[in-house]
Amino acid sequence: MQGLIERAKELLADGTVAQVLGWRKGDMGYDPEPAYFKSEEELKDFVYDAFCGANLSKYMIEAAKLEGKTLVFLKPCDTYSFNQLIKEHRVDRDKTYIIGVGCQGTLKPEKIREAGIKGIETVTIDGDTLKFDTIYGAKEMPFADALLERCKVCKGKKHMVYDELIGAAEDEEAGPVGNRFEEVEKLEAMSPEERFAFWQEQLSKCIRCNACRNVCPACSCRKCVFDSNQYDTSQKANAATFEEQMFHIIRAFHVAGRCTDCGECSRVCPQGIPLHLLNRKFIKDIDSFYGEYQAGADTDSRGPLTNFTFEDVEPSIVQTRGGGH
Amino acid sequence: MQVENTEFRPKIVAFCCNWCSYAGADLAGSSRLAYPADVKIIRVPCSCRVNPMFILRAFQRGADGVILCGCHPGDCHYTTGNYYARRRMTLLFSMLDYLGVENGRTRVEWVSAAEGVKFSTTMNEFVAKIHELGENVRLEDLRCKG
Amino acid sequence: MYQIAKNKLNDLYQAISEKEDLFLPVSKGGQTNYGLWTNEAVADIDTLKTVKSGKDCFFPQSEVLYKSRHENGKISIDPTELQNKPFVVFGMRACDVRAVKVLDNVFLTDPVDSYYAARREHGTIVSLACHEPEETCFCKNFDVDAAEPGADVETWMVGESLYWKALTEKGESLTALVKEALADSFAEAGAEGEKKVEKEQAAVRGIIEKLPLSHLDLSRFKPENTMELFDSPAWEDMYKPCLACGTCTFVCPTCQCYDIRDFDGGKAGIRHYRCWDSCMYSDFTMMAHGNMRTSQLQRFRQRFMHKLVYYPANNDGMYSCVGCGRCVSKCPSSLNIVKVIKKLGGEGNE
Repeated sequence: MQGLIERAKELLADGTVAQVLGWRKGDMGYDPEPAYFKSEEELKDFVYDAFCGANLSKYMIEAAKLEGKTLVFLKPCDTYSFNQLIKEHRVDRDKTYIIGVGCQGTLKPEKIREAGIKGIETVTIDGDTLKFDTIYGAKEMPFADALLERCKVCKGKKHMVYDELIGAAEDEEAGPVGNRFEEVEKLEAMSPEERFAFWQEQLSKCIRCNACRNVCPACSCRKCVFDSNQYDTSQKANAATFEEQMFHIIRAFHVAGRCTDCGECSRVCPQGIPLHLLNRKFIKDIDSFYGEYQAGADTDSRGPLTNFTFEDVEPSIVQTRGGGH
Repeated sequence: MQVENTEFRPKIVAFCCNWCSYAGADLAGSSRLAYPADVKIIRVPCSCRVNPMFILRAFQRGADGVILCGCHPGDCHYTTGNYYARRRMTLLFSMLDYLGVENGRTRVEWVSAAEGVKFSTTMNEFVAKIHELGENVRLEDLRCKG
Repeated sequence: MYQIAKNKLNDLYQAISEKEDLFLPVSKGGQTNYGLWTNEAVADIDTLKTVKSGKDCFFPQSEVLYKSRHENGKISIDPTELQNKPFVVFGMRACDVRAVKVLDNVFLTDPVDSYYAARREHGTIVSLACHEPEETCFCKNFDVDAAEPGADVETWMVGESLYWKALTEKGESLTALVKEALADSFAEAGAEGEKKVEKEQAAVRGIIEKLPLSHLDLSRFKPENTMELFDSPAWEDMYKPCLACGTCTFVCPTCQCYDIRDFDGGKAGIRHYRCWDSCMYSDFTMMAHGNMRTSQLQRFRQRFMHKLVYYPANNDGMYSCVGCGRCVSKCPSSLNIVKVIKKLGGEGNE
């Protein structure tokens, strides 16, 4: 972390960048917030640790409007989002200085609470263990148990775009961990009735706070269709179950082929809805129907929904492919 | 005396592209080929004009089945529109299936302006399928019923 | 004071729900929120904080105000019937109970909101004292006593027993109802029970004293500082991480802003309904002439100025934050009112 601060200071001092976008430490040890730093003085509050889950690529859309270059710290999976935004002309690569930072997985404070650890005063990451001083005494839990879902099926530790790397993993070339489609496959194997019941239970928790949309780097529309008063798409009303289905299906569809599977939607959902399972379904279908595709792996290929081949499968495949997909 | 008709009459929305399928429906009509009156046609400039929201909105407003008809691949008036529509609908239908919506409720069929017969048989088949599936309840909006 | 064994709570819920609708924290899809108790529902009163507060029971996220229909050349209007049956909300924590008072000040002063008033009139609140407060709790700053939650009936979970004490007339009649239905398993707690509760209260107060956010300095949030706070350059820095989602407002027990909209259901008629709105949303202040809050900075500032300055100025110094800490744990960007208080509240925060 000190290395990041030092480098940021240098880049600010020599005028390469006008501001630094990183994380500022919070009060609890697990609540850093995305923040801009403009001076050496401000950088004393800079932090980078496993609690820095926020994907800063989203903020780069706004940063493109700022004066001068912005230094941004991106974790490997954040770089996919940034690449995708370059492809869509939503960020300005020339006004960005990217330092790729190494990542050992990011954590979800909610999981710590679920493990029964509360009254936290300090948190220390000690190798594979999270150690807490709480008002109820010292506690610890395995680091891996507090990992965000997305990190359990990490895409890989390689940065897709950067100007320089600091603290990148030695196993940078290591491939993905686990099978990220496992949960999707489980759902596919269920009967339609079971699937319907599953999604009903999950989606009915939705409070229409729009956190999933607002945090999503792929949701970069200036005006969202769900914010339009011209259609009765009610951006915030929780008036009928249909609205929740509509919102989540359409949101997932609008980012299909552009979603890099960064997992921010599931990270921020206050009701713990596994929104990534919608996006991954699209990714899985795209992979199987149109060939493997990873959004954000490059900046110039055509996305699967802005492309076609003459031999594409017909929509009737949905009926004919049978259970288990 | 009035007899109450309790038989299920499905509501079917058929989005038809202006250049092929709508003309195909026309031909079916002028050839006196029958298809159920439950099918309500909405004419669109091209099958790729159909946004997934249209499909969901149709279900919300009480449709029991939605079918999209366009020019055969290769015959699109705008050259490539239906290729994009094909990808979109494939993914959308798969998603609806994943969410537990009965997968026969949505369909895509390519119908040319010369295929009045195909139009009518497709519609007959589709309506029969919806009869089999019954009323749409998984994508309904109670605010639009009753 | 009465007591009932923890393993008999389902009988208690059953007894209440036979006579009245019972809302309590229910676990569904891995999260705990207030919901109607039924035999299938999984009651969960151990979770300290429900995701959404109990606000929904009195001020639901969406409610239809009236329906109208156009038929045979005639327009009919069908207003929604006001709540006219008694119901019980069980398990509200002290902060949420205070939040109801905050809402009362808004909805029960002239012009009275009849939908809310009817629910308040018919609702009985059974509060539940906190047992193990969390680091995100900061209710102490607002003089909320988590060990003495108040409302119509207050309860404490001590060991394997729930202790029950009626405080109001409504509380007394609910107690009578429960007593009649449960007979022996709902017994007088006696002096020993009182002692246990007192001991529990002392322990909880001791914990709260030690919580990291229990001693915030709110001294600068005074009406006379309104302009100074409004113009503070600190907002510029603070609002930046805000994603403009509505999480904080929708999980907040005191946020009371709403929007009124129409839904056109075609032949089923039109529903005139209201739903919670969020001052974080760009269309919150959208009016015919345009939008007077054009930046996220302004929207962000509004939320906190309202909670800490404007509301107290109009309500005898009562803050419209109750320190429940939901926003602290739910904000996607880890922004929250505590960070604002620390920055602007006063010198004691440094």
